[in-house]
Amino acid sequence: MSAHAGPLASLIFVSLFVAVTVLGFWASRWHKADLGQLHEWGLGGRRFGTLITWFLLGGDLYTAYTFIAVPALMFGAGAVGFFAVPYTILIFPILFLVYPRLWSEAHQNGYLTASDFVRGRFHAPVLAAAIAVTGIIATLPYIALQIVGIEVVLAGLGLNGEWPLFLAFAVLAGYTWTSGLRAPAMIAIIKDALIYITILAAVIIIPAKLGGYAAIFAAVPKAKLLLGAGSAANWGGQSAYATLALGSAAALFLYPHAITGVLSSSSQKVIQRNAAILPAYSLALGLIALLGYMALAAGVGHMTGFAYGFRRFGANFAVPALFLKSFPDWFVGVAFAAIAIGALVPAAIMSIACANLFTRNLWKEFIDPSCSGLKEARVAKWTSLSVKVGALAFILALPHTYAIQLQLLGGIWIIQTLPAVVLALYSPRLNPLALFVGWASGLSAGTLMAWSLHFKSAIYTLHIGGIRVPCYAALSALLLNIAVSYGLSLLWHRGNDASSGATT
Amino acid sequence: MRRRVRRFAGVSLLLLPFVSMLWVASYDRALPAFVGIPFFYWYQLAWVGLAAVLVWVAAKLIGGAA
Repeated sequence: MSAHAGPLASLIFVSLFVAVTVLGFWASRWHKADLGQLHEWGLGGRRFGTLITWFLLGGDLYTAYTFIAVPALMFGAGAVGFFAVPYTILIFPILFLVYPRLWSEAHQNGYLTASDFVRGRFHAPVLAAAIAVTGIIATLPYIALQIVGIEVVLAGLGLNGEWPLFLAFAVLAGYTWTSGLRAPAMIAIIKDALIYITILAAVIIIPAKLGGYAAIFAAVPKAKLLLGAGSAANWGGQSAYATLALGSAAALFLYPHAITGVLSSSSQKVIQRNAAILPAYSLALGLIALLGYMALAAGVGHMTGFAYGFRRFGANFAVPALFLKSFPDWFVGVAFAAIAIGALVPAAIMSIACANLFTRNLWKEFIDPSCSGLKEARVAKWTSLSVKVGALAFILALPHTYAIQLQLLGGIWIIQTLPAVVLALYSPRLNPLALFVGWASGLSAGTLMAWSLHFKSAIYTLHIGGIRVPCYAALSALLLNIAVSYGLSLLWHRGNDASSGATT
Repeated sequence: MRRRVRRFAGVSLLLLPFVSMLWVASYDRALPAFVGIPFFYWYQLAWVGLAAVLVWVAAKLIGGAA
């Protein structure tokens, strides 16, 4: 068993990469407009219809790291890794119910970010800045993990060393600079086509080789196959599973890159239609999760040829190893390109989203209030570049576990923006100072819970009246945040007037 | 008034996935299996499709205005 693929795989991989690069630069001509304006560069001029939004959000939310990490969790921990499925099921009712409202606020008032909305509704620049900083900090490790996704497949191709990674990122930075959000929107089309082809091939070819699904599930240790019922005194793995799914679903559309995707759509109808057609990706993700079990059944973890990859990347090497073992060389090239391009799309959107936040809610707010539209776009371009360079440096200089732990914390932090961004859409009388105190208490409580678990897990066991309830720390911290936000708002009883919320 | 009824029905449909997915005890079991896939796995995958249909119907009921 060879440790990596042959030259044909690399050739196909590189060709697809070049094609995507050309498309990324060409994207600046698509629906040509003045890319010197921030809403054109950073939001595609809000003109993406149903289909492009479907590709963009799909490319944005189902990242390369998801495709590597979810099966890795199934491979290592079993049933709990499947929480990704109920999580992505719950995203769409939330998207349908809540986000058309945010879109409409943003459309009427020219908001580019969630913080713009908070700023406009509450006239509280500090609260808006807190929301912006939370978004940026939560996104940075997410970008870093996309780089890990690329590293894993490069290692599978036998392309070691740092130069391929530098090259990939230089190209990404180039077309993000020239084309803005148009580049990932175009590239997402190719990425998705490749991902669907790969998954279709994987779920047909691999089970046939392994003797069917019954044989695959038979290879999974019994104790890992189900979560296992808890007891009256300890709710066990099932409450962890449910809270992970709910908390992750509530957090997803608070991430700046997700909000950027939603706000770039051309109407509320586009968002609602997408809530019905995006689950196609959830089905793909569910099947991808099962790749973790296929890797178990194929026994790639014990093969000497793959020992190097598993030593370097842990369970994250399970999917590349499975593809290397199961596919012919040329198709390994296609599958690995799907994953690597799948990293570039979200990395581009995330860096653009961070740039929008920094420019609008920190730079223009506190440093240069008279900043012109042209200068706004220039600051955003430089920010998106710095964010990418920072993420790359982080991954190359520090162990991967730091990025993974920070991403875990990022989920706990980003969900604390829910009262100010989502609940405020429904409760205009929430007090901004109360929201700020709620945000701070949720953030501290969540971080403390994760710290007490040595940042290895986000499942913190609550003790409620003698019952042990394992719960996703993001969710329990959010409940505290909501209680504080509403409690103090009621107590101070000087809520903002809803009608004064809309300013430009 | 009719609009309100439609909206109520639409929102109720959207709440169904929450009830079914968060009630983990109802599906944390191996049987009945389907083509060798334990219940736990195929049931949740089936809900992906079901939830998409529910959202689609809700979109028809509520229709445009959020």
